[in-house]
Amino acid sequence: MTEAPANPVSPPPPKGGDLVRRHSLVTRLWHWFNAVVVIVMLMSGLMIFNAHPRLYWGQYGANSDPSWLDLGQLAAVPFPGWITIPSQYSLADARLWHLGFAWLLAVSLLAYLGWAGLSGRLWRSLIPRPAELRPAHLWHDISQHARLRFPGGAAALSYNVLQKLAYAGVLLVLLPGIVLTGLGMSPAMDAAWPWLLDLLGGRQSARSLHFVCAAGLVLFFLVHIAMVVLAGPFNELRSMLSGWYRLPPERENAP
Amino acid sequence: MIVNRRKLLGMSAAGAGGLLLGGCDALNGSPGFREALTGAESLTMRTQRLLMGDALAREFAEAEMSQHFRINGNSMVADSDYRRDARTLFANWSLQVDGLVARSLSLPLDALRSMPQRTQITRHDCVEGWSAIGKWQGPQLGAVLALAGLLPSARYVVFHCADRFGDTPYYESIDLIDAFHAQTILAWWMNGAPLTEGHGAPLRLRVERQLGYKQAKFIMRIELRETLAGLYDGKGGYWEDHSGYQWYAGI
Repeated sequence: MTEAPANPVSPPPPKGGDLVRRHSLVTRLWHWFNAVVVIVMLMSGLMIFNAHPRLYWGQYGANSDPSWLDLGQLAAVPFPGWITIPSQYSLADARLWHLGFAWLLAVSLLAYLGWAGLSGRLWRSLIPRPAELRPAHLWHDISQHARLRFPGGAAALSYNVLQKLAYAGVLLVLLPGIVLTGLGMSPAMDAAWPWLLDLLGGRQSARSLHFVCAAGLVLFFLVHIAMVVLAGPFNELRSMLSGWYRLPPERENAP
Repeated sequence: MIVNRRKLLGMSAAGAGGLLLGGCDALNGSPGFREALTGAESLTMRTQRLLMGDALAREFAEAEMSQHFRINGNSMVADSDYRRDARTLFANWSLQVDGLVARSLSLPLDALRSMPQRTQITRHDCVEGWSAIGKWQGPQLGAVLALAGLLPSARYVVFHCADRFGDTPYYESIDLIDAFHAQTILAWWMNGAPLTEGHGAPLRLRVERQLGYKQAKFIMRIELRETLAGLYDGKGGYWEDHSGYQWYAGI
């Protein structure tokens, strides 16, 4: 009997043009579920913002107090019907949507972060390694991106540092931040968790930061869509739908 | 081929956008969908009550109070009885407490003022998004209810108010959990003076762990009920009936 070789020959590393497994089923399911929920939250949130389109810092803030942002100066109803839920002014209906979908957002985020953390994926693929955060490396990636030179071949199997920072920023800062600042606006949650008010600097600060997080998510969304289009929308969409991704051709890193 | 796929993707994206916009308004009008979302409201209430128990809303220092406390809702009352009582600074007015109680009460303002008082500097959060911090004083609602003695069937405390929107009187309601919370008071004193008409003279509710529309102003009568059904449109408050605001306003 021959023994199995101690070092089985591993398959050759994938190269440009190969069709590879890119995203797990859990990631794909959460991605699309979360995309729908975040869009509903954004559109219903803009309707809620229309009811009082001013933002303040601190514990309190109303019309006679100084605001740092007053979109009411632009128009009585700053966000138009095509971008709000519902399209006709209704604070009550927008709250019905927002506070219902908030549960979906928070519970699915908690479940996904738990899965990504416990399975090790969070640390393996999303948290940048110290070497990646060196200014020279960051600068190199930024200049490559600015010239629309994206990694190819096996290098495209893992996220580059800019992708890691963007995705980790959404998953670990913007989404948890928007849930916590949302809870910080609730008078009942402020009684239950008084540390929320201390952490966020007051209810009106929580409301301002909620809006800032939402603006951050919109910015991410715009850049994300632009990158998908630039990197090849068919291949990118296929990878997030079916999991299969065709590796782009290797790129010579010559200057 | 790629071009066709790209076109297809573009068309799908445009189609999805259109469906989203039209679909949301269609869903907004769908009774089943609204019922599902309303289910989230009771989930929110049960979860928040579990998390907060008897916890108090934050109380602030005098230095943290709003310079100007915004007046919202009705700022004046047209009712002729109210106008007559306002002329004598409510000296001849009294609060009615009735419904599912052992003893109906008629409490003049002096009686409410001579009960043990609670003073609290708390934040008022409007459903629209603004907040103001003010100082309130009055007897605890629980003490007033104890004077009347609740019948076992009493489950809701309804506040009947003197102001109206058009022909519809303002009213609000809370359940016994909030009614007997330590910070739930019948305020007649605000920021160092008797309540002004704009802020709800002679008496307004402070139920500090809920939003502004629950803080009924111009309270004339407190009614204990077993159910909110059969009262106006049955949703437990003017804004709940008129605009569909949530009855539980903890968020």
